[in-house]
Amino acid sequence: MTENLSDYQTGTSSDASTGGDPYDAELRETTEGPIYNVSGGDWDEVLEDATHDERMIINLGPQHPSTHGVLRLVVELEGETVTQARAVIGYLHTGIEKNCEYRTWTQGVTFITRTDYLAPLSHEAAYCLGVEKLLGVEAPRRAQLIRQLLLEINRISSHFVYLATGGMELGSTTAAALGFREREVLLHTLEYITGLRMNHAFIRPGGVAQDLPEDWQDYLTKFVKTMEERIPMYHKLFTGQPVWRNRLKDVGYLPLDGCLALGVTGPVLRSAGLAWDQRKIEPYLCYDEVDFEVPTSTDADCWARYLIRMAEMDESLKIIKQTMKLLKEPGPVMVEDKKIAWPAQLTIGPDGMGNSLEHVRKIMGQSMESLIHHFKLVTEGFHVPAGQVYVPIESPRGELGYHLVSDGGTRPVRVHAREPSFINLQSFPAMAEGGLIADLIAAVASIDPVMGGVDR
Amino acid sequence: MTTPGDEHSSVDRPAQDAQESVEPRDATPKPGVVSGRTRQGMFGVSGTGDTSGFGGLRLPAYSPAPAERPYGGWFDEFTDELLATFSHRNIPAEAILQVTVDRGEITYYVDRAHLVKICQALRDEPALRFELCSSVSGVDYGVDVPQRLHSVYHLTSMTFRRRIRLEVCVDVDDAHIPSVVGVYPTADWQERETYDMFGIVYDGHPALTRILMPDDWDGFPQRKDYPLGGIPVEYKGAEIPPPDQRRSYS
Repeated sequence: MTENLSDYQTGTSSDASTGGDPYDAELRETTEGPIYNVSGGDWDEVLEDATHDERMIINLGPQHPSTHGVLRLVVELEGETVTQARAVIGYLHTGIEKNCEYRTWTQGVTFITRTDYLAPLSHEAAYCLGVEKLLGVEAPRRAQLIRQLLLEINRISSHFVYLATGGMELGSTTAAALGFREREVLLHTLEYITGLRMNHAFIRPGGVAQDLPEDWQDYLTKFVKTMEERIPMYHKLFTGQPVWRNRLKDVGYLPLDGCLALGVTGPVLRSAGLAWDQRKIEPYLCYDEVDFEVPTSTDADCWARYLIRMAEMDESLKIIKQTMKLLKEPGPVMVEDKKIAWPAQLTIGPDGMGNSLEHVRKIMGQSMESLIHHFKLVTEGFHVPAGQVYVPIESPRGELGYHLVSDGGTRPVRVHAREPSFINLQSFPAMAEGGLIADLIAAVASIDPVMGGVDR
Repeated sequence: MTTPGDEHSSVDRPAQDAQESVEPRDATPKPGVVSGRTRQGMFGVSGTGDTSGFGGLRLPAYSPAPAERPYGGWFDEFTDELLATFSHRNIPAEAILQVTVDRGEITYYVDRAHLVKICQALRDEPALRFELCSSVSGVDYGVDVPQRLHSVYHLTSMTFRRRIRLEVCVDVDDAHIPSVVGVYPTADWQERETYDMFGIVYDGHPALTRILMPDDWDGFPQRKDYPLGGIPVEYKGAEIPPPDQRRSYS
């Protein structure tokens, strides 16, 4: 192997001291003037030169605007073609599952809501449904409907972030700006219902923390109207747009058998043609009472996944409207069992939300038993009968399952989230290898992984 | 519990007896599956510090009860199919150490030596068809528990819309389980995570390395005996004790 660039024979070498280049044009003087005889190198050598090893190993991330969070992609490139790609994860690992083992079952909600930060309510709902299954209780109907309402609002907001971040990764800052604008509306709505924009901890074992605010019907009607006006705008802006379509069409192909082998669920699986949606397959909450469609496609590419998510937003709006009708009936939002229900009676005081003064006055002044009960439930928590459950629900990204193990104490033995981002992310090499590096970005964006959920 | 003459009692179903021969002979394993720790006292205090009188409280470790036929629902029919599959795939019926039905979910505690063959049968057999391996996770039941590390597989049959759970129990000194990546490629990252967190070695995994923790990390963080750090505070050298050493309700 020659080391210096000057050692290469270029055919135009003018270095006289080496005795001339063998490929120098031969000069022959004839009566009709000089004739140059040009001969090339040996084809074997030429080809060897052209196909020599140009592999490059590139680290994309973990701090890179196109990798959807703190995800590091180790990509082997041959020119612009991806020959191999592997993901390196763990940069956002915070030990949430371990932390839950040292908290009561109710406190666990505040941890698991911080995993998938774009769909925190899915995590809360799955976890609480699991705890309720372990306890053998069922949340009141109104609590279930509120959960369903929150899940669907959250699904729309999560899909908008898919559009915003996915668009930004493909170079469309319009998508980023507009997607986050719409998400702001959705976060305001979530804040209006739960009190917080993110990390709600609103869904609790046994029900939800609070009933809906008094003027919820007006607020949510206005919200639905805003969304109904704005979602079609995205079809105008992106669905018909050739640049957007060409970046996504026939890119990131993963057929059904690949999805099943790699355990991929959610919009990616539905884009391959299987209408697998937990809300239809094993209806939880009140999903069997509402009418909605499961959009599918058989194209199995990024474009199909985009269209499916757009259609799912419409379906979610349909569910929200029907759930609002069902919610007109008043009722309790927490189980009656005072051994499980959180003893707080929340109201808004001059210093923000907290326990109502009457409740504090009652437990502090009148009823010693109430105080003891309050203290025991808050510090010790409730005992959960020993056993294990696995509860799957449909998060915006696919099957989100909680595997909860109790040994009869007041704290879990094990909390494991089957995180769809984590499982689906495994499939990106299958989508991207052999394609261009620009398509790899589109493929990862179409999986829509949330690193908080991947690393937990 | 069923009483003789009951709708589901085995008295009424003599035809079932023909199936009895393929039933796992020792449905209860010799050591018994223990999933829980024994507890005593109530406030985590021992010795003279406990003046509550609750110190004498003793709670035995929980062990999931083996289910008795009929299991109810589709579990009976399914278990028959499974055992029939075992017989023509040369898997001994003893590979299933225990069957537990709890909260509407069925758990098969299986022998690790036959795990991969069982998964292969579950995936490929037309009557079973568990196409999706939903989740692989580990559980550590604590230091005193025999066979404390469990590897739990949640399988989903998309064709029949059924979910089952396979569970393999191993000792901490011999934490080896054959990998199911060959059958379910989706188990790749999940087995890596379980190895990372619990130190269960999945033999035959294509690249069993740490996934969430850094490559050079010592120990397995989700084991119950993994030490947790405390938080030093700037007040007379005090320290907030680590969560596993704090006083707590047991």
